[in-house]
Amino acid sequence: MNPVVALAAEAQMNPLLPAWPEVIIGLLCFFIVFGILGKKLLPSIEKVLSERRDAIEGGMERAETAQAEAQALLEQYRAELAEARHEAARITEHAREQGAALIGEMREEGQRQREAIVTAGHAQIEADKKQATAALRQDVGSLASQLASRIVGESLEDHARQSGVIDRFLDDLEAKAAVAQGASK
Amino acid sequence: MGADVTRVAEAGCHLNSGCGFPAPGLNEFDFKPMFTVGGVDFTKPMLLSVICALLVVGFFWAAFAKPKLLPGKLQLVGEIGYDFVKRSIVLETIGKKGEKYVPMLVSMFFFVWIMNIMSIIPFAQFPVMSRIAFPVGLAAIVWITYMTLTFKKHGFVGGLKNLCWPSGIPGWVMFILVPIEFFSNIFVRPFTLAVRAFANMFAGHLLIVVFSVASWYLLSPSIGALYGSVSFVVAVALTAFELLVQFLQAYIFVMLASSYIAGALEEAH
Repeated sequence: MNPVVALAAEAQMNPLLPAWPEVIIGLLCFFIVFGILGKKLLPSIEKVLSERRDAIEGGMERAETAQAEAQALLEQYRAELAEARHEAARITEHAREQGAALIGEMREEGQRQREAIVTAGHAQIEADKKQATAALRQDVGSLASQLASRIVGESLEDHARQSGVIDRFLDDLEAKAAVAQGASK
Repeated sequence: MGADVTRVAEAGCHLNSGCGFPAPGLNEFDFKPMFTVGGVDFTKPMLLSVICALLVVGFFWAAFAKPKLLPGKLQLVGEIGYDFVKRSIVLETIGKKGEKYVPMLVSMFFFVWIMNIMSIIPFAQFPVMSRIAFPVGLAAIVWITYMTLTFKKHGFVGGLKNLCWPSGIPGWVMFILVPIEFFSNIFVRPFTLAVRAFANMFAGHLLIVVFSVASWYLLSPSIGALYGSVSFVVAVALTAFELLVQFLQAYIFVMLASSYIAGALEEAH
């Protein structure tokens, strides 16, 4: 076939005029595509996409919640720790005060006991002294009267005792001693 | 390529074999019927459009029929394509209200794109959209959609006002502008929408055919072989370029459809 002749024969075709069978086939094809994609495939993928979006957002939400929880827990621990520290300080302070009070009390008690002991000692000494003085006085009196009766040769003992001579003598002596002591001081 | 290449090859027509250059023309877009049913010829573009529809459905079926929360490779590719049209074209142009028109525009985008891609698929090697019937059908769907939406949303008078009455224009300009807007929005829009896609695919296909035929025709034991190889390189480069144009035209087609729908849904001004 001669191409030039073929060209001349076919040049009558107008490329801007649509052929109706083609329009119909084209529309049919489009509606097949649109129908299947629009009714089935795109809704199904859209569902999955939104599920995925939810999953991602849900995951983020969960992470946020967990973080908030952790933050809250941290705050709580911090608060508890601070409280515990405070408590410890308070207890220490209390113990210190109590210790101080206890020591003070003990000291007072000790003081009191010492004083009591000292007083008791003094009283004892005084009593002993009195007793000793009394014993001494008696002994000195009897010794002196014995000596005098030896010298005089008769018993003065009862007489001297009855008359209170010895006692008066000893009182004089004591008075003299006291005067001498006051002078020497 | 088309019928011509076969014819040239059969005729053994080369530079110095005594025949002229069999320049490809409109005949490249005119197909002998493969078979005839009830007086209607079934041609190669029709077959290709059916195949394209099956390819789009088949791909998305394989990708989306049993969708998983953690997508496989195919589902991921499908999701990227779907998300691209949904977000970068439809929602970007129409906004939140455009959610309803996503399935239609996604179907349209992938259907148009694959029909364009047929241009460079071996054995198909014909962009279905270069037969004007196909863009006309799709543009008609777009036209019906945005006209219906306009009148449904604004009523008859409001719809007309939405179509022809631009806002913020001084009164006296309206005398000129209103008829222009009316004509432009109602008649020119669908026409340009169809013709733009058609003409781009038509011209691209013709270019590839011209250089392919030329490289075959110039292939002879002479200096012509050099020109022939240059022509072949150009044909390859044009094929790569067409790949871009095919995507771009599908993108523009759906983008314009979205913007027409957005215009119809616009609040009255």
